[in-house]
Amino acid sequence: MLLIHCPYCDDTLPELEFAYAGEAHIARPSDPSELSDEEWRDFLFIRSNARGVHAERWRHIHGCARYFNALRDTVSDKFLRTYKAGEPRPDTSVQEAVK
Amino acid sequence: MTHFSAMSLLKNAFTGNKNWSAQWPDAQPKTEYDVIIVGAGGHGLGAAYYLAKEHGITNVAVIEKGWLGGGNTGRNTTIIRSNYLYDESAGLYDHALDLWENLSTELNYNVMFSKRGVMMLAHNIHDVQSFQRHIHANRLNGVDNCWLTPAEAKEFCPPLNIASDARYPVMGAALQKRAGTARHDAVAWGYARAAAARGVDIIQNCPVLSIKRGPDGAVEGVETGKGFIRAKKIAVSAAGHTSVIMQSADLKMPLESYPLQALVSEPVKPVFPCVVMSNTVHAYISQSDKGELVIGSGTDQYISYSQRGGLPLIEHTVAAICEVFPIFNRMRMLRKWGGIVDVTPDRSAILGKTPVKGLYVNCGWGTGGFKATPGAAHTLAWTVAKDEPHVINAPFTLERFTTGRLIDEAAAAAVAH
Repeated sequence: MLLIHCPYCDDTLPELEFAYAGEAHIARPSDPSELSDEEWRDFLFIRSNARGVHAERWRHIHGCARYFNALRDTVSDKFLRTYKAGEPRPDTSVQEAVK
Repeated sequence: MTHFSAMSLLKNAFTGNKNWSAQWPDAQPKTEYDVIIVGAGGHGLGAAYYLAKEHGITNVAVIEKGWLGGGNTGRNTTIIRSNYLYDESAGLYDHALDLWENLSTELNYNVMFSKRGVMMLAHNIHDVQSFQRHIHANRLNGVDNCWLTPAEAKEFCPPLNIASDARYPVMGAALQKRAGTARHDAVAWGYARAAAARGVDIIQNCPVLSIKRGPDGAVEGVETGKGFIRAKKIAVSAAGHTSVIMQSADLKMPLESYPLQALVSEPVKPVFPCVVMSNTVHAYISQSDKGELVIGSGTDQYISYSQRGGLPLIEHTVAAICEVFPIFNRMRMLRKWGGIVDVTPDRSAILGKTPVKGLYVNCGWGTGGFKATPGAAHTLAWTVAKDEPHVINAPFTLERFTTGRLIDEAAAAAVAH
Protein backbone atom coordinates (compact mmCIF):
# COMPACT_ATOMS: atom_id res chain seq x y z
CA MET A 1 0.00 0.00 0.00
CA LEU A 2 1.36 3.40 -0.97
CA LEU A 3 1.51 6.06 1.71
CA ILE A 4 0.78 9.45 0.19
CA HIS A 5 1.38 12.87 1.72
CA CYS A 6 -1.47 15.33 1.08
CA PRO A 7 0.07 18.82 0.94
CA TYR A 8 -3.23 20.44 1.97
CA CYS A 9 -4.03 18.18 4.95
CA ASP A 10 -0.29 17.94 5.72
CA ASP A 11 -0.74 14.29 6.59
CA THR A 12 0.62 11.01 5.20
CA LEU A 13 -2.26 8.64 4.54
CA PRO A 14 -2.95 5.29 2.84
CA GLU A 15 -3.42 5.06 -0.92
CA LEU A 16 -7.09 4.06 -0.50
CA GLU A 17 -7.94 7.66 0.41
CA PHE A 18 -6.63 8.91 -2.92
CA ALA A 19 -7.51 8.73 -6.60
CA TYR A 20 -4.88 8.89 -9.32
CA ALA A 21 -5.62 11.50 -11.97
CA GLY A 22 -2.99 11.05 -14.68
CA GLU A 23 0.11 12.96 -15.70
CA ALA A 24 0.57 16.46 -14.29
CA HIS A 25 1.49 19.75 -15.97
CA ILE A 26 -0.42 19.12 -19.20
CA ALA A 27 -1.79 22.53 -20.08
CA ARG A 28 -5.04 22.75 -21.97
CA PRO A 29 -4.48 24.52 -25.31
CA SER A 30 -5.24 28.23 -25.05
CA ASP A 31 -6.57 28.42 -28.61
CA PRO A 32 -8.17 25.01 -29.36
CA SER A 33 -9.54 25.92 -32.78
CA GLU A 34 -6.03 26.63 -34.05
CA LEU A 35 -4.67 23.17 -33.21
CA SER A 36 -3.67 20.70 -35.91
CA ASP A 37 -4.69 17.05 -35.70
CA GLU A 38 -1.15 16.16 -34.54
CA GLU A 39 -1.30 18.75 -31.74
CA TRP A 40 -4.67 17.41 -30.62
CA ARG A 41 -3.23 13.88 -30.60
CA ASP A 42 -0.33 15.03 -28.44
CA PHE A 43 -2.61 16.84 -26.02
CA LEU A 44 -5.21 14.07 -25.74
CA PHE A 45 -3.27 10.84 -26.06
CA ILE A 46 0.52 11.18 -25.84
CA ARG A 47 1.91 10.85 -22.32
CA SER A 48 5.50 10.64 -21.12
CA ASN A 49 4.89 7.24 -19.43
CA ALA A 50 8.21 7.88 -17.70
CA ARG A 51 10.28 5.01 -16.41
CA GLY A 52 11.74 6.89 -13.46
CA VAL A 53 10.57 10.21 -12.02
CA HIS A 54 6.99 10.95 -13.06
CA ALA A 55 4.99 14.09 -12.28
CA GLU A 56 1.38 13.12 -11.69
CA ARG A 57 -1.90 14.38 -10.27
CA TRP A 58 -3.62 12.81 -7.29
CA ARG A 59 -6.87 13.72 -5.60
CA HIS A 60 -7.45 13.30 -1.88
CA ILE A 61 -10.91 12.03 -2.66
CA HIS A 62 -11.79 10.66 0.82
CA GLY A 63 -10.27 13.63 2.62
CA CYS A 64 -10.09 17.28 1.56
CA ALA A 65 -11.12 16.25 -2.01
CA ARG A 66 -8.50 18.58 -3.53
CA TYR A 67 -6.14 17.87 -6.41
CA PHE A 68 -2.39 18.04 -5.86
CA ASN A 69 0.72 16.97 -7.73
CA ALA A 70 3.37 14.42 -6.88
CA LEU A 71 6.75 13.30 -8.10
CA ARG A 72 7.02 9.53 -7.91
CA ASP A 73 9.61 7.06 -9.11
CA THR A 74 7.66 4.61 -11.29
CA VAL A 75 10.27 1.86 -10.86
CA SER A 76 10.29 1.79 -7.04
CA ASP A 77 6.82 3.42 -6.61
CA LYS A 78 8.49 5.68 -4.00
CA PHE A 79 7.05 9.20 -3.67
CA LEU A 80 9.79 11.84 -3.87
CA ARG A 81 7.61 14.82 -3.11
CA THR A 82 4.03 16.06 -3.25
CA TYR A 83 3.14 19.69 -3.88
CA LYS A 84 0.09 21.88 -4.30
CA ALA A 85 -1.67 22.30 -7.61
CA GLY A 86 -0.43 25.36 -9.47
CA GLU A 87 3.11 25.13 -8.09
CA PRO A 88 5.85 24.45 -10.65
CA ARG A 89 7.39 21.00 -10.88
CA PRO A 90 10.17 20.85 -8.25
CA ASP A 91 13.66 20.32 -9.56
CA THR A 92 14.82 16.86 -8.55
CA SER A 93 18.11 15.46 -9.68
CA VAL A 94 18.41 11.95 -11.07
CA GLN A 95 20.48 10.95 -8.04
CA GLU A 96 17.59 11.66 -5.75
CA ALA A 97 15.30 9.53 -7.89
CA VAL A 98 17.57 6.53 -7.72
CA LYS A 99 17.54 6.39 -3.91
CA MET B 1 15.20 -30.94 -32.91
CA THR B 2 13.44 -34.06 -31.66
CA HIS B 3 10.01 -34.55 -33.17
CA PHE B 4 7.56 -35.27 -30.37
CA SER B 5 5.35 -38.30 -30.89
CA ALA B 6 3.94 -41.18 -28.87
CA MET B 7 6.89 -43.22 -30.13
CA SER B 8 9.52 -40.67 -29.01
CA LEU B 9 7.87 -40.41 -25.57
CA LEU B 10 7.88 -44.19 -25.22
CA LYS B 11 11.48 -44.53 -26.40
CA ASN B 12 12.68 -41.90 -23.94
CA ALA B 13 10.61 -43.44 -21.15
CA PHE B 14 12.48 -46.74 -21.63
CA THR B 15 15.85 -44.98 -21.55
CA GLY B 16 15.05 -43.13 -18.33
CA ASN B 17 14.36 -39.80 -20.07
CA LYS B 18 18.12 -39.19 -20.20
CA ASN B 19 18.41 -38.67 -23.94
CA TRP B 20 16.22 -35.63 -24.54
CA SER B 21 18.14 -32.88 -26.29
CA ALA B 22 17.84 -29.13 -25.75
CA GLN B 23 14.78 -27.70 -27.49
CA TRP B 24 16.58 -24.67 -28.90
CA PRO B 25 20.16 -23.41 -28.79
CA ASP B 26 21.14 -20.42 -26.65
CA ALA B 27 22.15 -18.15 -29.52
CA GLN B 28 24.75 -15.39 -29.45
CA PRO B 29 24.09 -12.34 -31.62
CA LYS B 30 25.48 -12.08 -35.15
CA THR B 31 26.44 -8.62 -36.45
CA GLU B 32 23.49 -8.34 -38.81
CA TYR B 33 20.00 -9.78 -39.34
CA ASP B 34 17.22 -9.20 -41.86
CA VAL B 35 14.72 -8.69 -39.04
CA ILE B 36 15.18 -8.04 -35.32
CA ILE B 37 12.25 -8.61 -33.00
CA VAL B 38 12.50 -6.91 -29.60
CA GLY B 39 10.93 -9.03 -26.87
CA ALA B 40 10.80 -12.83 -26.63
CA GLY B 41 7.30 -13.25 -25.34
CA GLY B 42 4.66 -15.28 -27.13
CA HIS B 43 3.94 -12.41 -29.57
CA GLY B 44 7.59 -11.84 -30.54
CA LEU B 45 8.54 -15.52 -30.78
CA GLY B 46 5.36 -16.24 -32.71
CA ALA B 47 6.13 -13.44 -35.17
CA ALA B 48 9.60 -14.93 -35.72
CA TYR B 49 8.05 -18.34 -36.30
CA TYR B 50 5.55 -17.07 -38.89
CA LEU B 51 8.25 -14.95 -40.59
CA ALA B 52 10.30 -18.10 -41.07
CA LYS B 53 7.47 -20.46 -41.90
CA GLU B 54 5.14 -18.38 -44.05
CA HIS B 55 7.45 -15.77 -45.54
CA GLY B 56 10.75 -17.64 -45.79
CA ILE B 57 12.61 -15.00 -43.75
CA THR B 58 14.86 -17.00 -41.45
CA ASN B 59 17.71 -14.55 -40.77
CA VAL B 60 15.81 -13.28 -37.73
CA ALA B 61 16.83 -12.53 -34.15
CA VAL B 62 14.47 -12.31 -31.20
CA ILE B 63 16.19 -10.27 -28.51
CA GLU B 64 15.04 -10.51 -24.91
CA LYS B 65 16.09 -8.49 -21.86
CA GLY B 66 15.35 -11.28 -19.38
CA TRP B 67 14.44 -14.86 -20.07
CA LEU B 68 12.15 -16.18 -22.76
CA GLY B 69 8.48 -15.90 -21.85
CA GLY B 70 9.30 -14.25 -18.51
CA GLY B 71 7.27 -11.08 -19.07
CA ASN B 72 3.53 -10.91 -19.48
CA THR B 73 3.46 -14.24 -21.36
CA GLY B 74 4.41 -15.93 -18.09
CA ARG B 75 2.33 -13.66 -15.88
CA ASN B 76 -1.20 -13.69 -17.28
CA THR B 77 -4.26 -15.76 -16.40
CA THR B 78 -4.24 -17.59 -19.79
CA ILE B 79 -7.80 -16.71 -20.77
CA ILE B 80 -8.56 -17.04 -24.48
CA ARG B 81 -11.77 -15.62 -25.96
CA SER B 82 -12.88 -13.53 -28.93
CA ASN B 83 -16.24 -12.06 -27.91
CA TYR B 84 -15.29 -8.42 -28.55
CA LEU B 85 -17.87 -5.86 -29.61
CA TYR B 86 -16.40 -4.09 -32.62
CA ASP B 87 -15.90 -5.64 -36.05
CA GLU B 88 -12.18 -4.88 -36.08
CA SER B 89 -11.56 -6.56 -32.71
CA ALA B 90 -13.81 -9.52 -33.49
CA GLY B 91 -11.83 -10.07 -36.69
CA LEU B 92 -8.47 -9.98 -34.95
CA TYR B 93 -9.32 -12.05 -31.87
CA ASP B 94 -11.33 -14.62 -33.83
CA HIS B 95 -8.39 -15.00 -36.22
CA ALA B 96 -6.26 -15.73 -33.14
CA LEU B 97 -8.83 -18.24 -31.87
CA ASP B 98 -8.78 -20.04 -35.25
CA LEU B 99 -5.00 -20.35 -34.93
CA TRP B 100 -5.22 -21.48 -31.28
CA GLU B 101 -7.35 -24.46 -32.32
CA ASN B 102 -4.56 -26.07 -34.33
CA LEU B 103 -1.55 -24.61 -32.55
CA SER B 104 -0.43 -27.77 -30.76
CA THR B 105 -0.38 -29.73 -34.03
CA GLU B 106 1.19 -26.87 -35.94
CA LEU B 107 4.06 -26.49 -33.45
CA ASN B 108 4.33 -30.19 -32.55
CA TYR B 109 4.16 -28.93 -28.97
CA ASN B 110 1.26 -29.35 -26.58
CA VAL B 111 0.06 -25.85 -25.63
CA MET B 112 -2.81 -27.47 -23.71
CA PHE B 113 -5.47 -25.34 -25.35
CA SER B 114 -8.69 -26.24 -23.58
CA LYS B 115 -12.04 -25.04 -24.93
CA ARG B 116 -13.70 -25.15 -21.55
CA GLY B 117 -15.84 -22.07 -22.15
CA VAL B 118 -15.60 -18.52 -20.82
CA MET B 119 -18.64 -17.28 -18.93
CA MET B 120 -19.05 -13.56 -18.19
CA LEU B 121 -21.41 -12.78 -15.32
CA ALA B 122 -24.04 -10.06 -15.43
CA HIS B 123 -24.70 -8.58 -11.99
CA ASN B 124 -26.98 -5.67 -12.84
CA ILE B 125 -29.36 -4.37 -15.52
CA HIS B 126 -26.56 -2.54 -17.31
CA ASP B 127 -24.50 -5.75 -17.55
CA VAL B 128 -27.51 -7.66 -18.92
CA GLN B 129 -28.17 -5.09 -21.63
CA SER B 130 -24.51 -4.66 -22.49
CA PHE B 131 -23.81 -8.41 -22.71
CA GLN B 132 -26.90 -9.06 -24.82
CA ARG B 133 -25.75 -6.34 -27.19
CA HIS B 134 -22.33 -8.01 -27.29
CA ILE B 135 -23.95 -11.39 -28.03
CA HIS B 136 -25.96 -9.99 -30.94
CA ALA B 137 -22.95 -8.15 -32.36
CA ASN B 138 -20.79 -11.26 -31.97
CA ARG B 139 -23.27 -13.50 -33.74
CA LEU B 140 -23.52 -11.04 -36.64
CA ASN B 141 -19.74 -11.34 -36.91
CA GLY B 142 -19.81 -15.13 -36.78
CA VAL B 143 -18.33 -15.20 -33.27
CA ASP B 144 -20.04 -17.69 -30.97
CA ASN B 145 -21.57 -16.28 -27.80
CA CYS B 146 -24.85 -17.15 -26.09
CA TRP B 147 -26.99 -15.99 -23.20
CA LEU B 148 -27.54 -18.11 -20.09
CA THR B 149 -30.17 -17.65 -17.39
CA PRO B 150 -28.89 -17.79 -13.79
CA ALA B 151 -30.01 -21.44 -13.52
CA GLU B 152 -28.24 -22.32 -16.77
CA ALA B 153 -25.12 -20.52 -15.56
CA LYS B 154 -25.21 -22.51 -12.33
CA GLU B 155 -25.59 -25.73 -14.30
CA PHE B 156 -22.56 -24.84 -16.43
CA CYS B 157 -20.51 -23.82 -13.38
CA PRO B 158 -21.83 -25.52 -10.21
CA PRO B 159 -19.71 -23.59 -7.65
CA LEU B 160 -21.48 -20.35 -8.67
CA ASN B 161 -23.70 -18.68 -6.06
CA ILE B 162 -26.95 -17.54 -7.72
CA ALA B 163 -28.89 -16.79 -4.53
CA SER B 164 -31.11 -13.74 -5.00
CA ASP B 165 -29.81 -12.14 -1.79
CA ALA B 166 -26.15 -12.47 -2.81
CA ARG B 167 -23.90 -9.43 -2.54
CA TYR B 168 -23.35 -9.67 -6.31
CA PRO B 169 -26.54 -11.27 -7.67
CA VAL B 170 -26.17 -13.21 -10.92
CA MET B 171 -28.78 -11.98 -13.40
CA GLY B 172 -27.49 -14.08 -16.25
CA ALA B 173 -24.28 -14.71 -18.14
CA ALA B 174 -22.74 -14.58 -21.59
CA LEU B 175 -21.02 -17.82 -22.56
CA GLN B 176 -18.49 -18.30 -25.33
CA LYS B 177 -18.15 -22.08 -25.56
CA ARG B 178 -15.27 -21.98 -28.01
CA ALA B 179 -13.19 -19.92 -25.58
CA GLY B 180 -10.98 -21.32 -22.83
CA THR B 181 -7.39 -21.44 -21.62
CA ALA B 182 -3.96 -22.60 -22.74
CA ARG B 183 -0.67 -23.22 -20.97
CA HIS B 184 1.16 -19.88 -21.24
CA ASP B 185 4.74 -21.19 -20.86
CA ALA B 186 4.12 -23.84 -23.49
CA VAL B 187 3.04 -21.18 -25.97
CA ALA B 188 6.36 -19.35 -25.61
CA TRP B 189 8.37 -22.59 -25.61
CA GLY B 190 6.48 -24.07 -28.53
CA TYR B 191 6.99 -20.99 -30.71
CA ALA B 192 10.65 -20.70 -29.60
CA ARG B 193 11.35 -24.32 -30.46
CA ALA B 194 9.61 -24.16 -33.83
CA ALA B 195 11.23 -20.82 -34.73
CA ALA B 196 14.72 -21.96 -33.69
CA ALA B 197 14.29 -25.12 -35.77
CA ARG B 198 13.83 -22.87 -38.81
CA GLY B 199 16.99 -20.89 -38.08
CA VAL B 200 15.78 -18.03 -35.87
CA ASP B 201 18.28 -16.85 -33.21
CA ILE B 202 16.76 -16.40 -29.75
CA ILE B 203 19.05 -14.16 -27.73
CA GLN B 204 18.23 -13.97 -24.04
CA ASN B 205 19.67 -11.80 -21.24
CA CYS B 206 20.37 -9.08 -23.78
CA PRO B 207 18.57 -5.78 -23.15
CA VAL B 208 17.85 -3.57 -26.16
CA LEU B 209 19.11 -0.16 -25.05
CA SER B 210 18.08 1.93 -28.04
CA ILE B 211 17.02 1.88 -31.66
CA LYS B 212 19.47 3.61 -34.03
CA ARG B 213 18.25 5.52 -37.08
CA GLY B 214 20.33 6.55 -40.08
CA PRO B 215 20.56 9.99 -41.74
CA ASP B 216 17.57 9.14 -43.97
CA GLY B 217 15.47 8.37 -40.88
CA ALA B 218 15.23 4.63 -41.51
CA VAL B 219 16.28 2.19 -38.80
CA GLU B 220 19.86 0.87 -38.88
CA GLY B 221 19.88 -1.51 -35.94
CA VAL B 222 19.71 -1.78 -32.19
CA GLU B 223 22.20 -0.99 -29.46
CA THR B 224 22.08 -3.88 -26.99
CA GLY B 225 23.81 -5.14 -23.88
CA LYS B 226 25.85 -7.38 -26.20
CA GLY B 227 26.81 -4.67 -28.68
CA PHE B 228 25.34 -3.09 -31.81
CA ILE B 229 23.30 -5.36 -34.10
CA ARG B 230 22.36 -4.18 -37.59
CA ALA B 231 18.97 -4.74 -39.22
CA LYS B 232 16.86 -2.91 -41.78
CA LYS B 233 13.64 -4.07 -40.15
CA ILE B 234 12.90 -3.95 -36.44
CA ALA B 235 9.66 -5.06 -34.82
CA VAL B 236 9.08 -3.97 -31.23
CA SER B 237 6.92 -6.36 -29.21
CA ALA B 238 7.95 -5.32 -25.72
CA ALA B 239 4.63 -4.90 -23.86
CA GLY B 240 4.96 -2.51 -20.89
CA HIS B 241 8.39 -1.23 -21.99
CA THR B 242 7.40 -0.43 -25.57
CA SER B 243 7.11 3.31 -25.04
CA VAL B 244 10.58 3.47 -23.46
CA ILE B 245 12.18 1.67 -26.43
CA MET B 246 10.19 3.62 -29.04
CA GLN B 247 11.28 6.88 -27.46
CA SER B 248 14.88 6.04 -28.44
CA ALA B 249 13.70 6.12 -32.07
CA ASP B 250 12.11 9.53 -31.42
CA LEU B 251 8.62 8.13 -31.49
CA LYS B 252 6.24 9.03 -28.69
CA MET B 253 3.57 6.41 -28.14
CA PRO B 254 -0.01 6.81 -26.88
CA LEU B 255 0.69 4.27 -24.15
CA GLU B 256 0.69 4.16 -20.39
CA SER B 257 2.11 1.24 -18.41
CA TYR B 258 0.24 -0.14 -15.41
CA PRO B 259 0.83 -3.11 -13.10
CA LEU B 260 -1.69 -5.91 -13.49
CA GLN B 261 -1.80 -8.61 -10.84
CA ALA B 262 -2.79 -12.24 -10.65
CA LEU B 263 -2.62 -14.89 -7.94
CA VAL B 264 -3.00 -18.64 -7.53
CA SER B 265 -4.33 -20.81 -4.71
CA GLU B 266 -2.96 -24.04 -3.34
CA PRO B 267 -3.70 -26.90 -5.77
CA VAL B 268 -6.92 -28.88 -5.24
CA LYS B 269 -8.76 -31.61 -7.12
CA PRO B 270 -10.82 -30.57 -10.17
CA VAL B 271 -13.69 -28.43 -8.92
CA PHE B 272 -14.03 -25.59 -11.42
CA PRO B 273 -15.00 -26.58 -14.97
CA CYS B 274 -14.72 -23.33 -16.94
CA VAL B 275 -13.46 -19.76 -16.87
CA VAL B 276 -15.67 -17.20 -15.13
CA MET B 277 -15.16 -13.47 -15.51
CA SER B 278 -16.97 -10.76 -13.66
CA ASN B 279 -16.25 -7.35 -15.12
CA THR B 280 -18.39 -5.53 -12.59
CA VAL B 281 -16.59 -6.81 -9.51
CA HIS B 282 -13.41 -7.25 -11.55
CA ALA B 283 -12.41 -10.82 -10.82
CA TYR B 284 -11.46 -13.64 -13.19
CA ILE B 285 -11.13 -17.25 -12.13
CA SER B 286 -10.33 -20.64 -13.62
CA GLN B 287 -8.59 -23.80 -12.44
CA SER B 288 -5.31 -24.87 -13.98
CA ASP B 289 -4.61 -28.49 -14.88
CA LYS B 290 -2.23 -28.52 -11.89
CA GLY B 291 -5.25 -27.78 -9.70
CA GLU B 292 -4.51 -24.22 -8.66
CA LEU B 293 -7.26 -21.65 -8.88
CA VAL B 294 -5.90 -18.95 -11.18
CA ILE B 295 -7.33 -15.57 -10.24
CA GLY B 296 -6.94 -12.35 -12.18
CA SER B 297 -7.20 -8.91 -10.64
CA GLY B 298 -7.39 -5.39 -12.05
CA THR B 299 -4.73 -2.83 -12.90
CA ASP B 300 -3.44 -0.42 -10.30
CA GLN B 301 -4.66 3.13 -10.80
CA TYR B 302 -1.17 4.64 -11.23
CA ILE B 303 1.47 3.97 -13.88
CA SER B 304 4.37 1.86 -12.71
CA TYR B 305 7.15 -0.41 -13.95
CA SER B 306 7.52 -2.23 -10.63
CA GLN B 307 6.04 -5.65 -11.66
CA ARG B 308 4.45 -5.85 -8.19
CA GLY B 309 1.21 -3.95 -7.80
CA GLY B 310 -0.62 -2.97 -4.64
CA LEU B 311 -2.29 -5.24 -2.10
CA PRO B 312 -5.65 -3.39 -1.98
CA LEU B 313 -6.51 -4.73 -5.44
CA ILE B 314 -5.79 -8.32 -4.44
CA GLU B 315 -7.89 -7.89 -1.32
CA HIS B 316 -10.79 -6.55 -3.40
CA THR B 317 -10.54 -9.36 -5.95
CA VAL B 318 -10.34 -12.16 -3.40
CA ALA B 319 -13.27 -10.67 -1.48
CA ALA B 320 -15.31 -10.66 -4.69
CA ILE B 321 -14.35 -14.27 -5.51
CA CYS B 322 -15.47 -15.37 -2.03
CA GLU B 323 -18.82 -13.61 -2.53
CA VAL B 324 -19.51 -15.11 -5.95
CA PHE B 325 -18.10 -18.55 -5.06
CA PRO B 326 -18.62 -19.11 -1.31
CA ILE B 327 -17.12 -22.61 -1.74
CA PHE B 328 -13.68 -20.96 -1.99
CA ASN B 329 -13.78 -18.80 1.12
CA ARG B 330 -11.37 -21.01 3.05
CA MET B 331 -8.94 -21.61 0.19
CA ARG B 332 -5.39 -20.51 0.87
CA MET B 333 -3.61 -18.41 -1.72
CA LEU B 334 -0.14 -19.55 -2.67
CA ARG B 335 1.47 -16.63 -4.44
CA LYS B 336 0.76 -13.42 -6.34
CA TRP B 337 2.68 -11.44 -8.93
CA GLY B 338 2.38 -8.50 -11.27
CA GLY B 339 3.12 -7.77 -14.90
CA ILE B 340 3.40 -4.41 -16.63
CA VAL B 341 0.72 -3.88 -19.25
CA ASP B 342 0.77 -1.12 -21.86
CA VAL B 343 -2.63 0.48 -22.21
CA THR B 344 -3.83 2.62 -25.13
CA PRO B 345 -6.46 5.37 -24.79
CA ASP B 346 -9.07 3.26 -26.64
CA ARG B 347 -7.97 -0.07 -25.09
CA SER B 348 -7.24 -1.61 -28.49
CA ALA B 349 -3.83 -2.73 -29.68
CA ILE B 350 -1.46 -0.92 -32.01
CA LEU B 351 -0.21 -3.44 -34.56
CA GLY B 352 1.55 -2.46 -37.75
CA LYS B 353 3.83 0.09 -39.35
CA THR B 354 5.12 3.29 -37.79
CA PRO B 355 6.14 6.63 -39.36
CA VAL B 356 9.76 5.42 -39.09
CA LYS B 357 10.92 3.40 -42.10
CA GLY B 358 11.68 -0.19 -41.15
CA LEU B 359 10.19 0.09 -37.67
CA TYR B 360 7.11 -1.95 -36.77
CA VAL B 361 5.25 -2.17 -33.50
CA ASN B 362 2.98 -4.63 -31.74
CA CYS B 363 1.82 -3.12 -28.46
CA GLY B 364 -1.07 -1.71 -26.48
CA TRP B 365 -2.68 -5.04 -25.67
CA GLY B 366 -3.45 -3.79 -22.19
CA THR B 367 -4.77 -6.50 -19.91
CA GLY B 368 -5.72 -8.94 -22.67
CA GLY B 369 -2.77 -9.73 -24.91
CA PHE B 370 -2.32 -13.44 -24.26
CA LYS B 371 -5.47 -14.50 -26.10
CA ALA B 372 -4.28 -12.63 -29.20
CA THR B 373 -0.83 -14.26 -29.28
CA PRO B 374 -1.10 -16.33 -32.48
CA GLY B 375 -3.20 -13.73 -34.31
CA ALA B 376 -0.94 -10.83 -33.39
CA ALA B 377 2.19 -12.80 -34.23
CA HIS B 378 0.76 -13.96 -37.56
CA THR B 379 -0.33 -10.52 -38.75
CA LEU B 380 2.83 -8.82 -37.42
CA ALA B 381 4.95 -11.25 -39.45
CA TRP B 382 2.85 -10.48 -42.52
CA THR B 383 3.26 -6.74 -42.01
CA VAL B 384 7.03 -6.98 -41.49
CA ALA B 385 7.55 -9.29 -44.47
CA LYS B 386 5.45 -7.34 -46.96
CA ASP B 387 5.83 -3.86 -45.45
CA GLU B 388 2.07 -3.49 -45.54
CA PRO B 389 -0.68 -4.44 -43.07
CA HIS B 390 -2.69 -7.65 -43.33
CA VAL B 391 -6.39 -6.90 -43.80
CA ILE B 392 -7.01 -8.08 -40.21
CA ASN B 393 -4.56 -5.72 -38.49
CA ALA B 394 -5.05 -2.82 -40.93
CA PRO B 395 -7.42 -0.89 -38.60
CA PHE B 396 -5.02 -1.15 -35.62
CA THR B 397 -2.79 1.70 -36.73
CA LEU B 398 -0.83 4.24 -34.75
CA GLU B 399 -2.38 6.96 -36.98
CA ARG B 400 -5.87 6.37 -35.57
CA PHE B 401 -4.97 8.58 -32.61
CA THR B 402 -4.43 11.43 -35.07
CA THR B 403 -7.36 10.73 -37.38
CA GLY B 404 -9.77 9.91 -34.56
CA ARG B 405 -10.71 6.55 -36.11
CA LEU B 406 -10.53 4.80 -32.73
CA ILE B 407 -11.52 1.21 -31.96
CA ASP B 408 -13.12 2.12 -28.70
CA GLU B 409 -13.35 -1.16 -26.81
CA ALA B 410 -12.78 0.87 -23.63
CA ALA B 411 -16.20 2.47 -23.90
CA ALA B 412 -17.71 -0.84 -25.06
CA ALA B 413 -16.49 -2.91 -22.13
CA ALA B 414 -16.55 -0.15 -19.52
CA VAL B 415 -13.61 -1.89 -17.84
CA ALA B 416 -10.13 -2.94 -18.74
CA HIS B 417 -10.29 -6.24 -20.59
